[in-house]
Amino acid sequence: MTATIAPPTFTEPGRDATRRPRMLRNSLTMAWRASLRIRREPEQAFDAIAIPVLFTLLFTYLFGGALSGSPREYLRFLLPGTLVLTVLLITVSAGLSLNTDRDRGTLDRFRSMPIWQPSVVIGGLIGDMGRYVLATCLVLGMGLLMGYRPTGGASGTVLAVALVLIFAFSVSWIWTALGLALRSAQAVTVLSFAVQLPLTFASNVFVSPATMPGWLRAFVNVNPVSHLVTAERALMNGTPMPSQVGWVVLASVLLTAVFGPLTMRLYRANLGGR
Amino acid sequence: MTTTSGVPLAIEARGLVKAFGSTRAVDGLDLSVPSGGVFALLGPNGAGKTTTIRIFATLTRLDAGTARVLGHDVTASPHAVRAGICLTGQFATVDPSLTGTENLVLQARLLGLARRAARARAAELLDSFGLTDTAGRPVRTYSGGMRRRLDIAVSLVVAPALLFLDEPTTGLDPHSRGQVWETVRWLAARGTTVLLTTQYLEEADQLSDRIAVIDHGRIVAEGTPGGLKSSVGSGVLRIQLADPRASGRARQVLGSVLGVPVAQDTDPAALTARIEGPSATEAAARGLTLLSREGIEVVGFALGQPSLDEVFLALTSHTSQLTGNEEPT
Repeated sequence: MTATIAPPTFTEPGRDATRRPRMLRNSLTMAWRASLRIRREPEQAFDAIAIPVLFTLLFTYLFGGALSGSPREYLRFLLPGTLVLTVLLITVSAGLSLNTDRDRGTLDRFRSMPIWQPSVVIGGLIGDMGRYVLATCLVLGMGLLMGYRPTGGASGTVLAVALVLIFAFSVSWIWTALGLALRSAQAVTVLSFAVQLPLTFASNVFVSPATMPGWLRAFVNVNPVSHLVTAERALMNGTPMPSQVGWVVLASVLLTAVFGPLTMRLYRANLGGR
Repeated sequence: MTTTSGVPLAIEARGLVKAFGSTRAVDGLDLSVPSGGVFALLGPNGAGKTTTIRIFATLTRLDAGTARVLGHDVTASPHAVRAGICLTGQFATVDPSLTGTENLVLQARLLGLARRAARARAAELLDSFGLTDTAGRPVRTYSGGMRRRLDIAVSLVVAPALLFLDEPTTGLDPHSRGQVWETVRWLAARGTTVLLTTQYLEEADQLSDRIAVIDHGRIVAEGTPGGLKSSVGSGVLRIQLADPRASGRARQVLGSVLGVPVAQDTDPAALTARIEGPSATEAAARGLTLLSREGIEVVGFALGQPSLDEVFLALTSHTSQLTGNEEPT
């Protein structure tokens, strides 16, 4: 018999069976965990940010002159869209980390603990907000370097960022639901591309829909991403459009109302009989 | 919620059923686990061990039956159950991108410890489990044994009344296994009830006060390790031959001397025979003498209680996939 651990001689904190789980405290602890993971695996965030950064550079200097007369003029149009694109692309990470947690059995551990169960998902999303803020700063910083000047001023920009974050939070619930519903992280990634590409490209991020064929224009005009981008442009370029902002907030509420409860249902359900 | 002897029950399960599609993973399982000590759920892969533990840990919903854990119904009041239990699954569930300290602090904070208390507790546990040197390193750099130890340490941040260990030593080297065993014994000694699943006979034999043998989602036998063995027979003679080709002749010779059937193991050079009574030693000696007179070379023999593998075989009457590590010497 080999045993090298000295018998632990700790005094144990009392375990109170009647202690009620604490919503806020549990959620913040889970957010702290998510933020640690982001700090430990920055390459994950960079992968997702690299694409929009490249797009911004390429589109601005390749097509900017042709589309808008000058790269600088096009950037005024493109940058708010890039901001949306960047943040939306990295929302998938919420689903991926839940999927990984399930596969590792970490969710089982949390689910057998006396904690407020939704904090596992919500805390993760709060932590991810840090990632989104980081991405917006990066895109905005790059825009400023390339010569973008938000005529909407600081307040317009801050409001624009806030709106992106609200929408991103609500979209995250789609991925948390998918992350729990799908077997593998790969499946989540593949499906996310299938959803993200049409939503982000068939929108007004890169060009105005005026020259598109009617069927495509119809889709682009109802695409919530288009509404968000229009609202962002308006806020950042100093011509606020409250109706667009209203649509985005409504879409966010609807997405959360549908995919939030769905996520929690999947979370509570038997997560496979491993 | 007490046994006939008055010991309160940590777990009381009646008629548990859980099906996945057309497979009934747990099929009418009854189980009573007394408070205190180590209780082993022994069975081959796919017998329903993990599903049973998941039901008790409020992770899997029951299709039928009732289960009370620490006096609370798992379906009606899962939260009350969770307040007193901890589950250490088959795979280490610590977060590989977090450090050892961070994993422990996370658990402590979730269980309601203040920041300072959480950090102090983490340091204490790291020290107890010999992980202080690697406390600041991400867990992904840990060895399998270190990860398992940290996993158990996480379960002990607030010592639970009932700890579930699902195959705690599967895939560990003998050294790490010894450490886990030592921890389990220590925990049981200070009052935590431990329910562990294992497919290793030696583990159940060494660690547990009581064993329930599970097969096809049902408990087929339950008792103390010694009781289970004696229920099958008192003595077994095991003989290891030098040459497997001689096994046929050796079985004949032994059978005539001992007067009981001689069985051949999965290893063609290994024979076992049940011999009972006070003359068992003498009979074994006579058998060995006759074998050597016949020119059949014996490289090892042992006389003792039947192994749990043999118990399992007798109880379930089908070939078990249990792994015994007992070799005739």
